[in-house]
Amino acid sequence: MTESNSMPRVAETLTERTERALTEAPAGEVVMTLRDVAVSFGGHTAVRNVSFDVCAGEATALIGPSGSGKTTLLRALNRMHDAERSARVTGKILLGDLDIYGPESDPTLLRSRVGMVFQRPNPFPTMSIYDNAVAGLRFNGVRKKALLDEAAESALIAAALWDSVKDRLKAHGSTLSGGEQQRLCIARALAVEPEVLLMDEPTSALDPIATKRIEELVGELKDRVTIVIVTHNMQQAMRVSDRCAFLLMGEDKAGELIEFGPSARLFSEPSDPRTLDYVNGRFG
Amino acid sequence: MTTVETPLSPKVGRGRRRSLPDNGYRGMLALTAIVFGALAVWFLVAVILQAKPAFATLGVGWIFGGTWNPTHGQYGLLPFILGTLEVTAIAVVLAFPVGLGTAIALAFLVPMRVRPALSTTVELLAAIPSVVYGLWGLIVLAPVFRDTVEPFLTSAFGWTGLFNGPNNGTGLLLAGVILFVMILPTMVAISRDVLIVVPTDQVEGAMALGATRWQVLRKVVLPGSRTGILGAFTLATGRALGETVAVAMVIGNSPYIAHSLKSSAATIPSLIVNNFGESTGTELSALFGAGLVLLVIGILVNSAARWLVWSTGHQSAGVEVGT
Amino acid sequence: MTVLIDTPPDPIVERRRAVQAAAASSLKRRKLGSRVALTVCWLFLAIAIVPLVAVVVYVISKGLPAWNVDFFTKSTTPEGVPGGGVWNAIVGTAVITVIGTAVAVPLGLLCGLFLTESDGRIAAALRFTADVMTGIPSITVGIFGYIAIVHNFGYSGLAGSFAVGFIMLPVIIRAGETAFRGVPRSLNEAAMALGARRATIARKIVVPTALPGVITGVLLAIARGLGETAPLLLTIFGNQYLQWNPTKTMAALPPLIYQYSSQPYADLVQIAWGAALLLMVIVLVLSIGSRLLAVYLRRERR
Repeated sequence: MTESNSMPRVAETLTERTERALTEAPAGEVVMTLRDVAVSFGGHTAVRNVSFDVCAGEATALIGPSGSGKTTLLRALNRMHDAERSARVTGKILLGDLDIYGPESDPTLLRSRVGMVFQRPNPFPTMSIYDNAVAGLRFNGVRKKALLDEAAESALIAAALWDSVKDRLKAHGSTLSGGEQQRLCIARALAVEPEVLLMDEPTSALDPIATKRIEELVGELKDRVTIVIVTHNMQQAMRVSDRCAFLLMGEDKAGELIEFGPSARLFSEPSDPRTLDYVNGRFG
Repeated sequence: MTTVETPLSPKVGRGRRRSLPDNGYRGMLALTAIVFGALAVWFLVAVILQAKPAFATLGVGWIFGGTWNPTHGQYGLLPFILGTLEVTAIAVVLAFPVGLGTAIALAFLVPMRVRPALSTTVELLAAIPSVVYGLWGLIVLAPVFRDTVEPFLTSAFGWTGLFNGPNNGTGLLLAGVILFVMILPTMVAISRDVLIVVPTDQVEGAMALGATRWQVLRKVVLPGSRTGILGAFTLATGRALGETVAVAMVIGNSPYIAHSLKSSAATIPSLIVNNFGESTGTELSALFGAGLVLLVIGILVNSAARWLVWSTGHQSAGVEVGT
Repeated sequence: MTVLIDTPPDPIVERRRAVQAAAASSLKRRKLGSRVALTVCWLFLAIAIVPLVAVVVYVISKGLPAWNVDFFTKSTTPEGVPGGGVWNAIVGTAVITVIGTAVAVPLGLLCGLFLTESDGRIAAALRFTADVMTGIPSITVGIFGYIAIVHNFGYSGLAGSFAVGFIMLPVIIRAGETAFRGVPRSLNEAAMALGARRATIARKIVVPTALPGVITGVLLAIARGLGETAPLLLTIFGNQYLQWNPTKTMAALPPLIYQYSSQPYADLVQIAWGAALLLMVIVLVLSIGSRLLAVYLRRERR
């Protein structure tokens, strides 16, 4: 089901990585490993049989029709399901060599390493633009003003927002347009300098122009942070992603990974007929 | 009654036929609104008119006189104003943290399964009549205060000077505590309501940045509902200021300025309810004047509270304009 | 493959290290702070629940022994005479509340309808007035009842009804308006498109659709009116004997509890507990009943 040659490569990189404590990986190296991941809510399985690798410096897209468990899977990658009592995540998810559901892992620390951008822009309405940008740093105990300022500027520049907000950093986040708000949320996530950035349909609430800007941003950000993006829009997946995971709802309503591979191949010559159906159906 | 006109009926006739009963209907509604508005105005004017003689014979300054002694023509309200403020202060100082903590627990911490039941229970307790709380305070709590709570507080905090005098059980402290219990459901119910309208995506946004549960509450949820919580607090304060019987039953009703939390005291409402039956002439008018003072305070506090609660409604609606 | 250690310093990598170091070193403090704060919240929940539950438990345990046939069938006895019940107070409370409700409910609901259909300054002012009046000290309403009725006609059950109705009125207005506003605009517009009159729409669509909310609001207002003590102390005077005529002085449960609670006779205090239990049961039945009824009516409709 997964890309045929991924298993041996993962084993190899894992042994390498245990030897060093570095958190950053060179482009192309595996930062996140998913093995037989399944998520269930109160006994009902939402998504299962997911195994693939997320490579550094790339954008990995999760695609599939609604109900295929894309968002559910994405939220498992930074333990956002922890707040839901009935949720169970099984299988293995590794960030570097850290088993993120293992005893060594702390959800708050994990989330500072794996950031998230949501469907709807959700800047904190009671905070200024600056306070929004550094909110994550403050949550994580960073107090040094110099570091806060530097991180805020760098993140706002990276989110292509700096020029328009640098003179009104004290203004409220809600004074920005929808697209700007979403970029502020991206900056907010980037300021913590996560290793992986999860994006859950980040353009679904935006107009086409704002959407285009965010898509361009994804391409620019790949050097800085590894991206996993959920999208219901296949053109978008093609435009922004290097690799693609296609999920589909099974007969018992549980989503399953159908195919994983480089986006170019997955869209042009998928190996699974269901992927072909989906791709063709969408493109008419 | 319903007459669905055919398309062929002449336009003018249709308009006339429809507008007449509509006018009648609107007129009836407007009439009830006028009745209500008139009642409210009458209420205010009636109390002012009845209080006027007291102001006329005693001057405006009588309100702040320190002595209430009708047989000597002294009608100072200061002891009662202070008493009202003191019991209210005790009640809200206790109710604010406890109420807010309870609201947070009910909104976020208590397991989903028992959350609605527990919240409903607290809301139901707000409906229990104040006289029932007063009875409980007088018969059950007063002996406990006299024999346990007050001796303990005196030995532990006697050095502050707040606990001088004998242990009576009844007094400022008990009245404040009973009020605290009574206004708690109000504080909890409204705070909880404003806490749960903080959108989930903001909570998740903070969580996803690595915030702990308390950081999410402290930095995102509480600031977002600050105005509403203040409104809840103010409404609870208003309820405490105006409470009559529960306080009158446990405060000891002494017309002197209290020198200790254990002292007997009186509030404006307890003054009115205790003296109303036997008063005539200037004393009765002075009681109306006391009522007017209370009414004005009540209107101010409740206006502030309503304004605060309303403005959160508008604020959260503004936040929704995200896209 | 351990080449990476020698990578030249990259500002982003540097910052990532600094942030992760700060996050890791502050984790213990942050988690402890979180746990302490949340524990305090739990503690406050306990502090809130204990006295509230204690009130209910005490009233039940002390009030139940007072409940016997005499309690519900006989009137109060003069001081020092043992026995007796609260039948006269039950009748008084019932008569006073029924009259107050009968006036306040139609007036309040029509006012609520007015507020629903109007959006001017006058409506806003009335809405604000109603809101403020729900929180006004009830003793001042007692004073109003005294001035308006007792002053001119003497103490009576009707004066009590006036005060109780006046307290219920703003509650009903706001509950009614909230319920009427909950009726979907599309229903209104559909009826309007059919050429129905506003009065017809109100009668056939708005009021029936809003009924669950209206009933809940009215029952809650009655529960509130039933328990009011201070206004009655200034208006009904009290009566040892059974009195059905509202133009005469009457007894009622809340003032009876207030007066008996401070009596030196144990049997009177016992009757006060019994009356408190009765009052509490009625109020809770109304409050719980209103919720259940609203849920039931909404389910029926689907």
